[in-house]
Amino acid sequence: MMHRREWVYGWLFLSPALVFLFAFTHYPAVKTVISSFYSTPRGKREAKFIGLENYQTMLSDDVFWKVLGNNFWFAVGTIPISIGLALLMALWVNSHLRGRTLSRVAFFAPTVLPLIAVANIWMFFYTPGFGLIDQLRSGLFGLPAINLLGNPDSVLAAVIVVAIWKEAGFFMIFYLAALQSIPPVLREAADIEGASRGYYLRRVLLPLLMPTTLFVSVNAVINSFRLVDHIFVMTEGGPDNASSLLLYYIYETAFQYWQTGYAATLTVVMLVLLSILAIGQFFLFDRKVHYQ
Amino acid sequence: MRMLSVRNAVATSALLFGVATSAAAVDLEFYFPVAVGGKAADTIQALTDEYVAANSDVNIDAVYAGSYKDTVTKALTAARGGKPPQLSVILSVDMFTLIDEGIIMPFDELIKTDEDKAWLASFYPAFMENSQTGGKTYGIPFQRSTPVLYWNKEAFAEAGLDPEAPPANWQETIEMGKKLVKKDDSGNVSRWGVRIPSSGFPYWLFQGLTTQNDVTLANSDGNQTYFDDPKVVEALQYLVDLSQKHEVMAPGIIEWGATPKAFFEGQTAMMWTSTGNLTNVRANAPFDFGVGLLPANKRRGAPTGGGNFYIFEEASDEQKAAAFEFVKWITEPEQSAKWTIATGYVAPRADTWETDTMKAYTTDFPPALVARDQLEFAVAELSTYENQRVTAVFNDALAAAITGAKSAEEALAEAQKKADAILKDYR
Repeated sequence: MMHRREWVYGWLFLSPALVFLFAFTHYPAVKTVISSFYSTPRGKREAKFIGLENYQTMLSDDVFWKVLGNNFWFAVGTIPISIGLALLMALWVNSHLRGRTLSRVAFFAPTVLPLIAVANIWMFFYTPGFGLIDQLRSGLFGLPAINLLGNPDSVLAAVIVVAIWKEAGFFMIFYLAALQSIPPVLREAADIEGASRGYYLRRVLLPLLMPTTLFVSVNAVINSFRLVDHIFVMTEGGPDNASSLLLYYIYETAFQYWQTGYAATLTVVMLVLLSILAIGQFFLFDRKVHYQ
Repeated sequence: MRMLSVRNAVATSALLFGVATSAAAVDLEFYFPVAVGGKAADTIQALTDEYVAANSDVNIDAVYAGSYKDTVTKALTAARGGKPPQLSVILSVDMFTLIDEGIIMPFDELIKTDEDKAWLASFYPAFMENSQTGGKTYGIPFQRSTPVLYWNKEAFAEAGLDPEAPPANWQETIEMGKKLVKKDDSGNVSRWGVRIPSSGFPYWLFQGLTTQNDVTLANSDGNQTYFDDPKVVEALQYLVDLSQKHEVMAPGIIEWGATPKAFFEGQTAMMWTSTGNLTNVRANAPFDFGVGLLPANKRRGAPTGGGNFYIFEEASDEQKAAAFEFVKWITEPEQSAKWTIATGYVAPRADTWETDTMKAYTTDFPPALVARDQLEFAVAELSTYENQRVTAVFNDALAAAITGAKSAEEALAEAQKKADAILKDYR
């Protein structure tokens, strides 16, 4: 009797979380997969089953391949640098320097600011002619105006910089927390043994930070697909899709072109990609991560 | 269905007990976008408040819905979710999309009296081209604009040009542009001759060039485009040459939003932008400026642009009637004059220009008349079925040519092929 009642309580406690999880995560995900096999409903025309047609369209869609390529470079550009910077900043503000709190706040500030608002400020930095960058370039070095956002060769790099600036501070917080949980006795022991700072960093700190690195890198990978707010403000994916990323293209397809069937197909691809990457990371890092 | 019958029941009982009707006000939700600088949002809100204060039987909730793109997205999403607004200002070119989605209604059902018919006939035909299809009227012109040429008279004088004579044609744009380009000591350009912005929706200003080259971009049924026409290629080549060959315009994609600012800062001596920016330029340009028709080539020409009022199918009959009354009121000459003066949008009816308010304004500020005078040469803005998709394809082609990634001919041929693929279902 008692046993059965506990079972009921268990489900009761779980149910609020479960309801939300199913309503907002599992149901939409399953529905997306189903929708990807249907045509887009329009007005009085119902969606009809079209099998793999959306997937065939996708394979021959050159914009899809372009945004996928862009997303690859966006990931390559943002992930290592933002993690590296985060680690550097964390080590920096973890040491006993003056104005430590101020630096921590300064490094963390980009995370708190809404990206849409910040993107508008970056727009001003990048504006050719009278933007901040050009004022510095012509004022200090007498260089000509440069149109970073209006050139397909530089636009992706320009939005990558904004993403790194936004992300690094966020990851720094995790590293900082991890650094503070490392017992000071390790440092003392290393000092007694005569280990150099570099040796201590390489053989003691970094291995102990591996669980954090795993967590941060999974997040960084997800963010490299998710962080598109600034694209809306700064470039709208232009010129000629040179700065468009997969999620931005999905938004365009779904909510500007109203090709919801095709957008579902693109979403499935993104889900699959993300799952593969996340699982891959766990396997790759598994041997190197030691949980205390 | 049940909702509808409940509504009908309410309506019927309201009719039976006449007293109740005056007490129960009709609620309307009204989305509006803002696409230009200045006081557009405040003015719409003020006009709406004025109307509600004078008409106790209606409540209008005016909702600022973001840019044009945001507004149509918001309206379509709300309609798909079963809660569309009753009234919205949306781009005139989204008409086919809204019809295709089956969420707007033709105004013809609401136009009954001769007075209404006269009202409908009072709008400029150039604006109605984008508002009617298949013999029905789906949109009522409201915040409509057309691109015009703004020039900096001081820069013209400095370059030894007549400050009262802007370029009249393509060739003069190049010649004057070359004189207007100013370089600093280290050889960097500190002022460009002309600025035709190309970010976001380059097709709109580009349509000025194609019209001047005497070619249309799409048919009026909205199911056939002519992107690869040699005259379109020629127009794009001209645009590309302005920066690549003649070096009178900055290279690369030129930001739309920063264009007025660049003009104020003296970074460019001329700019093409919407008349919707007129009041903004008047308030902020620190120099004497002129406003003129876009330069001609084979002919004069410009697209129209901007937003129309749409009434949504889902609304109840009372809401439709109330929305219609509001649209009639806000497009009346007096209100329309206030709106034009506050923003610079072109008053869409001839009689607005005859009001005392408007006459006083144009006497004080003659450039406001330029947009009206250009309407004679204006054509419908590019609009097709699946409009956002087709224009995106076209915009990508323009961007590819402007940035030098593809030749004008190659980019446009590709765009035409893609547009054909999208539109084949609508033929």
